[in-house]
Amino acid sequence: MSLRSLTRLSILGRPFTFNTLLTSSFIKNANNEIKSPLVSSILCRYLSDSLKKSLDESVQKNDVVLFMKGTPNRPECGFSRAVVQILTAQGLDFSKIKTYNVLADNELREGVKEYSQWPTVPQVYIKGEFIGGCDIVLNMHHNGELEDLLLKEGLVDPKNELEQEEK
Amino acid sequence: MSAGISKEHLEQTLKEKLSADHVEVIDTSGGCGQNYDVVIVSSVFEGKTLLQKHRLVNDAAKAEISQLHAFSQKTYTPAQWAELTNKK
Repeated sequence: MSLRSLTRLSILGRPFTFNTLLTSSFIKNANNEIKSPLVSSILCRYLSDSLKKSLDESVQKNDVVLFMKGTPNRPECGFSRAVVQILTAQGLDFSKIKTYNVLADNELREGVKEYSQWPTVPQVYIKGEFIGGCDIVLNMHHNGELEDLLLKEGLVDPKNELEQEEK
Repeated sequence: MSAGISKEHLEQTLKEKLSADHVEVIDTSGGCGQNYDVVIVSSVFEGKTLLQKHRLVNDAAKAEISQLHAFSQKTYTPAQWAELTNKK
């Protein structure tokens, strides 16, 4: 049975997606824990080999990669908007950032969670390394770690930082 | 139809799996159990980077978080929490 046909599995006349399979009662025990290893392992295959390869290439090739909801000009979620605002405030040039709108691509939306082993969007990669989501980026912005990282990687202009200190 | 994750279940899961001293769970979805902000205080966070702490939490509540629309977390060691709460 192919993965594609499994996704259109129909039970009791209702179409079932993997998400509903996961949440349906017959595979959860009384503590609401998933108890079907088969379903769990099938569930871990949103990420196709071609998507994985494409994401690998993108995070290696681009200095900064942002997976978000919406676009930098029109974020469609508060957390994504916050990350865009923080990166802008840090002086990042968005023309040099590779951004992905997960709302425009459902395979990407689910696949990136598996790729990064991270359950939510937005997600930030800097120089090929996974940094985190909104909470982490916000935290790093407040404690100066983000600025240090961006300066160290040559992604923001230190001259801007010096000017601000002198003021 | 999924009714979302209950606040109590999420609190319990986090408390047990992370041996937490203190857990606060706030439903920011207006009672739908779909969006949560959590605060977790635990000594398992000692010596860990921010990313490591968040991954610990994500793994502990993997099944629950995968069903949520939004999840936000603040993690503290007992010392960090004591400092934070004494400042208030």
